[in-house]
Amino acid sequence: MSVQEISQLFLYFMVLLLLAKPLAWYMTQIYEGKPCWINQRESLGAIEEAIYSLCGIRESEQMNWSTYFITMVLFNTCGFIFFYLLQQIQSVLPGNPQGFYGVDSALAFNTAASFISHTGWEAYSGEGSLSYLSQCMGVAVLQFLSAATSFSVLVAFIRGFVREESPNLGNYWVDMVRSVLYILLPLSFIFALFLSAEGVIQNFKPYEKVNLMQSMIYLVPVKDDTGKVIKDEQGVPKVAVNKVVTQTLPMGPVASQVAIKQIGGNGGGYFNTNAAHPYENPNPLTNFWEMIAILLIPLAFYFMFGFMVRDQRQGRVLLTVILAILIPSILICVGFEEKGNPILTQMVKQYPQVELSTHYNFEGKEVRFGIMNSALWTGASAIVSHGSENSMLDSYTPLGSLLPLWLMHMGNLSNLIIMMLLATFIANLMVGRSPEYLGKKIEIHEMRIICMVIFGFPITILIAIAMAAIIPFNFESISNPVPHGFTEIFYNVLSMGTNTGSAFAGFKANTIFYNMVGGLLMLAAHFGVAMAVLALAGSLARKKIQPLSSETLLTHTPLFGLFLFATLAIYTLILYLPLTFLGPIAEHSLLWSLYVN
Amino acid sequence: MSTKLPLEANWDMRVWPLALKMMLYKLGPGRQLQNPILFSVYVCSIIMTGIFIYALFFQPEAIKVADGVLTLSLWFTILSANFAEAMAESRGKRRANMLRKSRREVQAKKLLAPNRDAKMSLIPAMYMRTGDFVLVEAGDIIPSDGEAIVGIASVDESAITGESAPVIRESDSERSFVTGGTRVISDWLIIEVTADPGETYIDHMIELIEGSQRQRTVNEIALTVFLIFFTCALITVCFTLLPVTWFITDSRTTGNVVPLNLLIPFFVAIAPTSIGGLLSTMSIAGMDRLIQANVIATSNRVVESAADVNVLLLDKTGTVTLGNRQATAFIPAADVDIKKLADAAQLASLADETPEGRSIVVLAKEKYFLRARDLENLGATFIPFTAQTRMSGANIQGRQIRKGAISAVEAYVKQMGGSIPASVMQAVESVSRQGATALVVAEGAHVLGVIALKDIVKGGTRERFAEIRRMGIKTIMVTGDNPLTAAAIAAEAGVDDFLANATPEDKLALIRRLQAQGLLVAMAGDDINDAPALAQADVALAMNTGTQAAKEAGNLVDLDSNPTKLIEVVEIGKQLLMTRGALTILSIVTNIAKYILVLPLLFMVTYPSMKACNIFHLGSPLSAMLATSLFSSLMIIFMIPIALKGVVYQPQSANKLFARHFLYYGVGGFFATLIGIKLLDFIIHSVTGV
Repeated sequence: MSVQEISQLFLYFMVLLLLAKPLAWYMTQIYEGKPCWINQRESLGAIEEAIYSLCGIRESEQMNWSTYFITMVLFNTCGFIFFYLLQQIQSVLPGNPQGFYGVDSALAFNTAASFISHTGWEAYSGEGSLSYLSQCMGVAVLQFLSAATSFSVLVAFIRGFVREESPNLGNYWVDMVRSVLYILLPLSFIFALFLSAEGVIQNFKPYEKVNLMQSMIYLVPVKDDTGKVIKDEQGVPKVAVNKVVTQTLPMGPVASQVAIKQIGGNGGGYFNTNAAHPYENPNPLTNFWEMIAILLIPLAFYFMFGFMVRDQRQGRVLLTVILAILIPSILICVGFEEKGNPILTQMVKQYPQVELSTHYNFEGKEVRFGIMNSALWTGASAIVSHGSENSMLDSYTPLGSLLPLWLMHMGNLSNLIIMMLLATFIANLMVGRSPEYLGKKIEIHEMRIICMVIFGFPITILIAIAMAAIIPFNFESISNPVPHGFTEIFYNVLSMGTNTGSAFAGFKANTIFYNMVGGLLMLAAHFGVAMAVLALAGSLARKKIQPLSSETLLTHTPLFGLFLFATLAIYTLILYLPLTFLGPIAEHSLLWSLYVN
Repeated sequence: MSTKLPLEANWDMRVWPLALKMMLYKLGPGRQLQNPILFSVYVCSIIMTGIFIYALFFQPEAIKVADGVLTLSLWFTILSANFAEAMAESRGKRRANMLRKSRREVQAKKLLAPNRDAKMSLIPAMYMRTGDFVLVEAGDIIPSDGEAIVGIASVDESAITGESAPVIRESDSERSFVTGGTRVISDWLIIEVTADPGETYIDHMIELIEGSQRQRTVNEIALTVFLIFFTCALITVCFTLLPVTWFITDSRTTGNVVPLNLLIPFFVAIAPTSIGGLLSTMSIAGMDRLIQANVIATSNRVVESAADVNVLLLDKTGTVTLGNRQATAFIPAADVDIKKLADAAQLASLADETPEGRSIVVLAKEKYFLRARDLENLGATFIPFTAQTRMSGANIQGRQIRKGAISAVEAYVKQMGGSIPASVMQAVESVSRQGATALVVAEGAHVLGVIALKDIVKGGTRERFAEIRRMGIKTIMVTGDNPLTAAAIAAEAGVDDFLANATPEDKLALIRRLQAQGLLVAMAGDDINDAPALAQADVALAMNTGTQAAKEAGNLVDLDSNPTKLIEVVEIGKQLLMTRGALTILSIVTNIAKYILVLPLLFMVTYPSMKACNIFHLGSPLSAMLATSLFSSLMIIFMIPIALKGVVYQPQSANKLFARHFLYYGVGGFFATLIGIKLLDFIIHSVTGV
């Protein structure tokens, strides 16, 4: 690790935190409906009012948790059906210069489920199967919709802590409109302009064929009419020389797509290789700002939580815990990646004529970003279940890949608050008090919901992993021998089950099993968690807020932060350490046992 | 001397036979199903037994032995958990049985009228109803709760309070209440029964002791919910390893699937058996501690709300101060000798039988060596206190000595043609400022000086309140005194706040106000006036000597009638929750230690290269598994006394306590497990060679 790399890390988090807090203040104003210029009638406020009157939304109407949830599900179902059908009939619609066919129904289901559930899992290759219309009207619309839905649910959840003896959590329509109009649209618009200025493409042209700078030659076996390879007397196959002189470059409205993908937290890239593609992420500057975009809103939510509960320390302690997990994990990952692959270093010893430019594990990483920026992106993207990538996770060293594997989903604010509720439950018992968090008592009903989220979903994921492993026709999906092959299954199922959406690519995800099971898993995780979170908020909002007394166990102290950290770590280890032993750790021990005596 | 019931000792041998019998009885599947956590372990043990039986016939010798030992260790785990519960239950049962016995065979002498000569009939105690009159004589057991209306007797109440010294119960006094099941030692009483069958204290106690398993509190259920989900997650984590390792061995074509005879014990070791098995034990033991403190609760929920109490309302008299004010100083007027004042004060008080009067005599004697004189010989006449004059005193050989409050004496002196000197006015003021009461002494028209009467704060009160403050609880003293006096006493006793000039309505209003702020209020009371406040308070401790109304309004009754018992109740409640929290965190952190130690060995059959991860150099998969299994069952046994006694509790702030328990049970538990299992493994591996 060089000084340069460390300072990049430092700079990244500095800029991030400097931007996140003002944004959080702004978002608080927006969600609490307080005036802050942009939502006034002389600016975008007029549009907001127009939308309400057009759609018959009553701004003052309040919803209880079940109404909020049902409204959300119905609206999202419409979005789901729309995108599913759009993919099916894209061949007859305009905006399809490449003439793509309608997407296969299982894949279309998976893709629609992925984007409606804020996952961004892609079992397809964007440039190879979706028309421009499907990208703009389908993917992009759902990226806005699912992000706004997630934000709304989170805001409603926070209101559960703020409101007292009230069944209401706000109005879903209003929260949605405000999320899109005041937060997602302006930020994406500015970001898309910046990206296209930096060289990210933005057009509707057909894919371009260009001549290669350096033509490629490769050999193909010659086959007879029956499809058998022709061999000569010695049994050597007859081959023909193939020369490649041109390449097809996919085009499209990339900058606008990438902007919302990064800002909204969806992470499903325009191109198959996501942000490693030079048209999505051409240079270190775009890389830096795209990384900022990953964590900007998720971290702003932490500050917003503090603003909304009128105690900034509460948001700060959660943020500190997440950074205390994220930053060391990134450094550890960088450490393993820089340690490299022992096979390569050994090779250099054996064959002095071989020269390595670096012994770092650079496979699957973009040289223009380097190890640190790849690890940083990976960690940031995993911890908030963003799911975009600028490097190939499949090519990380076994223990380096623990970074996205273990951190996945941990730093989503709603998830962390639920962990916090669990931690306060245990901690309050430890000091002989009835459990409460922010003055809200945690009782049987709350505990049931909390447990359903923190244990119910991992149980489903673990069962899905076991199923994926045991069903024989799934063998074809993995692209590497076990244990790495197992890590692929582990990672990919976990990624869908936590609505993250990043992949150990190379893995063949477009099968009936992964499309269907994965699709259901993503839907269940997204709407299940939303339901649980809203039900929890509904129940908390009805309660009185207990006043802070000298006897209250403070949840913002460094000690409590440490306890939350420990709770998170223990929780993750208990659930996933056994499988980690069978995947990455086994791979590591196999790899190094050959070379280290 | 206090001798409590014989069930106090945790390891009392007399409960063992019953406990062991119950432990085996609990092995039935029906009983196990009641506790899902233990049930999962139970099913695992049955499967493991099946594996062992299979091994007996079809497997080589080494595997037979290994499976046998592992099976045994699983059953040992289950028996340990059962034993803990049985132990607590049998203690309760024994106590309930003893109480029941004390009631069963009692024949009551029912009277038709509250009169010794009235017609008497013998009927069994359980048929006594409210309003019946009963005669109890020496040697009789009092059939039901009631009020003595005629007579006086000494009563042995040890069956209820554990206090062996007899107490006096007499009619028309504050000690008129008698409890069913207690025994008259001497003399006789006629009692009016105040409780119907099934509602007496003994019935409540029996119900409480036996019902503490059924009636579970919010916190306990919430924790159970967590533990059940946690167990489900652990089952999934463990048993998905079978298909996963099958997949791995199948595609690598080497290695083996994780063997079931190691996987099952592994699950049993990481399942939260200890806390799951001890949850009900802790509740029963908590109730038992309350009963040992001689407090009866209407439900065990009260005990847990006591843990959250924010404010403690305490009556000044009897709780903060001794019942009576005492003379502490004589302050003479400017031209008067202090001895003369003391002498006059003593003379005025000689016939005064109130505690204040007696304390004046004593003070004069002790400080100024004035011996008490016989009023008769002096030819004195005693002037008693009346509501009109508001003074008392004596007329002795022409001297007219009076003592009373300043306003009363002022009126008296003016009438005689005198006035109050400025020095006396000053003295009265300064005495009041110190929270004491000033009595002015006058002889004729001449004012001699002032007697300072002061409330004496009970010994040790300050320390006690400091302790309560460390627990984070605010104390409010309630008194009928004026604010000045109240403030001075509050400062001396170290209470946080006070309510002066308090009427029962004020008290009720204060409780309501505090509750509106979201605070949980506890109070103790005995007067009929206290009933509304008691009914309003979240935790209300009524005194056993108090009125029936107060007792019905409260949700706790203290048989010792000691208001400071509230503090003990709070401690018991806190301790109960704390024990749960501590054991929960302990059983979670030990899992991580077990993971780190055992998982590499468990997976060695799948990947031999996993040997490198065995960083603690455990002997073999089998010895590690045995050590872990053994450690888990031993842990339950070690936890039994903690569950029964509760964790050690020292009053301190929640945040300090948290740091301490986090360190002890979290960090400490983790390292203890690491070291414990490593040690056991070392012993097993080196002794048996497995």
